[in-house]
Amino acid sequence: MTRGFASAAAAVMLVAVVGWAAAAPPPAAAPPAPAAIKPAPAAIKVDEQIVHEVASQLRCVVCQNLSVADSPSETAKQMRAIVRERLAAGDNREQVLAYFVEKYGDWILLSPPKSGFTLLVWVVPFVGLGIGLVLVAVVVRRWSRRPQGAAPSQLDPAVRERIRREMSEMDHS
Amino acid sequence: MKTPALKWAIPAAVVPVLVLLAYGFRTDPREIPSPLLGRPAAAFSLTTFEGAPLSLEALRGQVVMLNFWASWCIPACYDEAPALERTWRAYKDKGVMVVGVNIQDKEEAAREFLRRFEHSFPNAPDPRGRVSVDYGVYGVPETFFIDRKGRVRFKHVGALTDEIARRQLDALLEEPS
Repeated sequence: MTRGFASAAAAVMLVAVVGWAAAAPPPAAAPPAPAAIKPAPAAIKVDEQIVHEVASQLRCVVCQNLSVADSPSETAKQMRAIVRERLAAGDNREQVLAYFVEKYGDWILLSPPKSGFTLLVWVVPFVGLGIGLVLVAVVVRRWSRRPQGAAPSQLDPAVRERIRREMSEMDHS
Repeated sequence: MKTPALKWAIPAAVVPVLVLLAYGFRTDPREIPSPLLGRPAAAFSLTTFEGAPLSLEALRGQVVMLNFWASWCIPACYDEAPALERTWRAYKDKGVMVVGVNIQDKEEAAREFLRRFEHSFPNAPDPRGRVSVDYGVYGVPETFFIDRKGRVRFKHVGALTDEIARRQLDALLEEPS
């Protein structure tokens, strides 16, 4: 592996990570959360699939690493009812999530937001992977270079002569 | 790896991890900062176990100590129950309202709890969990201190003591109304 190839690989990795980070969507907190009670428009039909999708992004507050969608607890059941109610009142998914974030903070989201400090959680693994690949490339390049030149010439001529002699003795015996 | 550059690679990789672990193990994962502090407390209107209406709106102008509890919450809710009643008796004539919200509970068990500790401040069930979510409650007991202007000023997680209640209430009562 050549130096050019290694640095090219590193550059591609860096560009990919930075580009991916820049392309990350803005935080879910962006849309203003309508906390006030608004006149409920005559019962919008709520798709249970959407309730499930929203609930699966919310942390069940009384569980260990379970989503509101997956927990059988009473609290999670009540939170699902709140999700359903808000969707029925005309909120979109982001607005429902924003309501929970407003009350509990980002902690309520099972996936940390891809912005601010928690962006690190998303980026660091890829940066680590990039650094690791570059390191491997450097080390491999070093190893693959070694046998061609240095190693054989380090043999003492006297030793080499002895090996040659003993080999020929073996052939003749 | 004999070159100086690579000799530093291992410490350079290990040190940040150690720093991260040192930070992580010192923080309590259960201590989640409430985003509600300093913000207006969510309005609620409930009906007490006695059947009386109980709304935050009606308490505006008073300092409110809002306690979320459950009869199955052992031992923390049982530990703090006498302190709640003592605080209520000590502060009810000073412009403080103590309010209990019973969450995730069975009505009969909750009533039994109130009888056992002779709670004389208003207590109301939150049967659909709306109030607990509005206050970002994730466990019991949790106690919120609301100032005269109706803003959440302090949240205490776990059993409340007379001392904590006194410190918070005195501070809020000292503020100009």
